[in-house]
Amino acid sequence: MCGMRPQDILMPLPAGLCCKPGGFHIDPVRPVERALITHGHSDHARAGHGAVLATQETLDMMRLRYGENFAGSVQAVAYGEEIRLGDVTVSFHPAGHVLGSAQISVTCKDRRIVASGDYKDARDPTCAPFELVPCDVFITEATFGLPVFRHGDAAGEVNKLLASVKLFPERAHLVGAYSLGKAQRVIALLREAGYDAPIHLHGAMEKITYYYQERGIPLGELRPARGMKKAELAGTITLAPPSATQDVWTRRFPDPVTAFASGWMRVRARARQGGIELPLVISDHADWDGLTATIAATGAGEIWVTHGQEDALVHWCKTKGLTARPLDLVGYGDEDEGETAAVTGEAQPAGEAKA
Amino acid sequence: MNRFAELLDRLAYEPGRNNKIKLLVGYFRETEDPDRGYALAALTGALSFKHAKPGLIRDLITERADPVLFGYSYDYVGDLSETVALMWPKATGASHNESFLGHPSPQPSPARGEGAQPPRSPHNDVEMTEVGEGRTGGWVPSPLAGEGEGEGYRGRDRSEIPRTHNNPPPPTLTDVVTTLRTLGKAELPAQLARWLDELDETGRWALLKLVTGAMRIGISARLAKTAAAALGDKDPHEIELMWPGLSPPYLELFAWLEGRGDKPVNSDPTPFRPVMLAHAVEDSDFANLDAADFSAEWKWDGIRVQAVAGRDAHGHIQARLYSRTGDDITGSFPDLVPSLHLPGAIDGELLVLRDGRVQTFNVLQQRLNRKVVSPKLIKEFPIHLRAYDLLGDDENDLRELPFTERRSHLEAFVAKLNDPRIDLSPTVPFASWEELAAARADPKSAGAGDDADAVEGVMLKRRDAPYLPGRPKGPWWKWKRDPHIIDAVLMYAQRGHGKRSSYYSDYTFGVWTRGEAGDELVPVGKAYFGFTDEELLQIDRFVRRNTTEKFGPVRHVVHEADQGLVLEVAFEGLQRSSRHKSGVAMRFPRISRLRWDKPPREADRLETLERMLISMTGS
Repeated sequence: MCGMRPQDILMPLPAGLCCKPGGFHIDPVRPVERALITHGHSDHARAGHGAVLATQETLDMMRLRYGENFAGSVQAVAYGEEIRLGDVTVSFHPAGHVLGSAQISVTCKDRRIVASGDYKDARDPTCAPFELVPCDVFITEATFGLPVFRHGDAAGEVNKLLASVKLFPERAHLVGAYSLGKAQRVIALLREAGYDAPIHLHGAMEKITYYYQERGIPLGELRPARGMKKAELAGTITLAPPSATQDVWTRRFPDPVTAFASGWMRVRARARQGGIELPLVISDHADWDGLTATIAATGAGEIWVTHGQEDALVHWCKTKGLTARPLDLVGYGDEDEGETAAVTGEAQPAGEAKA
Repeated sequence: MNRFAELLDRLAYEPGRNNKIKLLVGYFRETEDPDRGYALAALTGALSFKHAKPGLIRDLITERADPVLFGYSYDYVGDLSETVALMWPKATGASHNESFLGHPSPQPSPARGEGAQPPRSPHNDVEMTEVGEGRTGGWVPSPLAGEGEGEGYRGRDRSEIPRTHNNPPPPTLTDVVTTLRTLGKAELPAQLARWLDELDETGRWALLKLVTGAMRIGISARLAKTAAAALGDKDPHEIELMWPGLSPPYLELFAWLEGRGDKPVNSDPTPFRPVMLAHAVEDSDFANLDAADFSAEWKWDGIRVQAVAGRDAHGHIQARLYSRTGDDITGSFPDLVPSLHLPGAIDGELLVLRDGRVQTFNVLQQRLNRKVVSPKLIKEFPIHLRAYDLLGDDENDLRELPFTERRSHLEAFVAKLNDPRIDLSPTVPFASWEELAAARADPKSAGAGDDADAVEGVMLKRRDAPYLPGRPKGPWWKWKRDPHIIDAVLMYAQRGHGKRSSYYSDYTFGVWTRGEAGDELVPVGKAYFGFTDEELLQIDRFVRRNTTEKFGPVRHVVHEADQGLVLEVAFEGLQRSSRHKSGVAMRFPRISRLRWDKPPREADRLETLERMLISMTGS
């Protein structure tokens, strides 16, 4: 059943990456019969599919966000467990992106494609480390697919935050961070750096953060920011969704220092546009060096590049003698391009916000 | 350098003045000499070296990285220094981010092992091939990741991969500054590349900003000095006073600020002292000013100078002449130097005097900006210093004294100098503002006599005011004579710069003259200020709607007898000019009013300007 060409195994369709011989889609953006979900971020994990196969954590996160009936049926898969679906064998492998995140390996006969989803190769105390899965075709993200993106050491960024807290004890520090994954990683890094004061949370990230704690990730003492007196918040650190840090919500804080933990903070103009005073370059996506090193290490001869700065990464792959293409072009006729672009466009803002 | 870079980085994001000061004080406290001194110098603009051109930086990066990737990156980032700082390939052997460290090596997937190819670790992939591609050893690059972008799979167990141990430490700010001072142009690219290898991203960004002279981070020299003062709980004014005698890296200053040393004394025998400037007085200001609190003198139409004489290490008198901005202009006026034979610092006006009469600014201008000062020039344009303040008398700093006391010192000093080239600027007696207004309207009969032509108004100085650097509001006022005014017609408009780049804000205007085919407009000047923001919008709209032709950024605006915009132009003076078609050039022209009511045909004629020129210069 499996043809010779990789695109016969996995093919991008408007609904998402489709595996015809296996009868499923990966991270579909429209309701489908059977979906394999890489991780819990809302642009990848949507409600309304017939059957969902994902890691336990990803399923739990979908349940937290969408309620009990987010899918017709669910099946939890452990990292490394092989599951036969139609003519293919699939397995999930840690992607190092957020808790429960996975790369999905699809093998048909002796040909293996790995859809990485979002991934990072940097250390993260809140999730399993990225596992390298050798393969023939590697589908990589390209959120930070330009050589200007190098994220550096996240611990150093957290030290920057702590130095600022020390320098401005009379001010509150508001750290904008995506509420699933980034916020918990920042908290965990603060704890590793020896910060043991209570950390305050914006209401929107309480549920997911407590879930991380339930899964045994030590985050120390957490308190809701709501109900606190202004003076009590001096010298404290509060985690909030990025949009909230520019909101009237911030008026409850004494002369807040606005920080933002994101890979985008590497570019100054971007940080300034957002009115950020303390940019923290902490990313849950691989940086340029991570992307290129990972691509090389998979041993894959063909690279499909998706969401982000595809052009630069495709160019790089080609200079290294690899076959590479932006994913949205594979197997598509021109008539489909418009729709694909629209789908990509829809997914992008969410992708940016959590970067 | 990395530490200084962190400071710059943080300052660039911090909007609050007090918070900026706090960041600066923190830096000064934690950083050792001489680095913090050079930082203070960088922030106050006291460093001088030849700046690197953007082309050089571009060449450096395209030598090291794929030009296509540089192109994508530069498009995205939009700033050359930042793009290069971000994408500068790490020197091999540099430590890296935390990737995979502390984690077990990735295992090949079981499924893979059953495949056609033999199972192998990705590390083997990396290490077996093309080791020679690594530039200086250290990390072994992947066969796919050569030359900078990407440095090989860091997959990444440090123990497996040898590291180099001979990485030089990153340069300090002191290293950078002292090296740049003496570095030859040809050596600059290689040196920059070495530093870029050694610094972290923020360090590279700061280095490139520093060497390209584009360090705009919203910090004034004054703010940096204020922060230095705050380090030692001192008044910033004290630093301003001693500043001219200090030089980077300011070891004495920091020693004093930290209570480890005496207050620095000025070691330069002829230092420049920052000048005190006046605000223009408005009619409405007088209601709050008491005439009895002020002394008045003529405002001379010359150039403001500071004439300083002091004794060098051998006890010899040394003299220097500074412009109001502190530029040393001694070389242009060698004829004045012998007259500065007593140690002291005079604040005064440089004028040309012929037969005891002050000449106009037009005449003085012949002596300005001359590279070669010929004996003929010296003879025909005899230079003169009219003194109005004394900032230092021998070793004594007089700046903290009230004006009246300084004035007595000045009178005594000028008398002691007893030199024909240096005289006192006389005070103008008055008992009420009305009396002073009368004197200002007619300087000739109010004491200026034959020098009245060189008077452009009066200066008001509070009798009790010390000499304060900068332009403090209140102690000094300038009350200029009404400017000359003409009505001219807008002819061409050009886009402005910076925040005005979307507006047509530079205007060329003309007056009528008789041409071959009857009356025509001839350009007489260009002005780009004087109007309000609202007026700018109005003119901009007019320009866009009435453009007859475009030449690049310049728009040709309709200017006919019955169609066009009349601008009232105020200016300070006129002079003959061979560079202008009209033969006259204006000094300090600005738009004073928009005359929407006036048809262009009623604008002034060139003959009017000719007459004004004759009455101003007598020629």
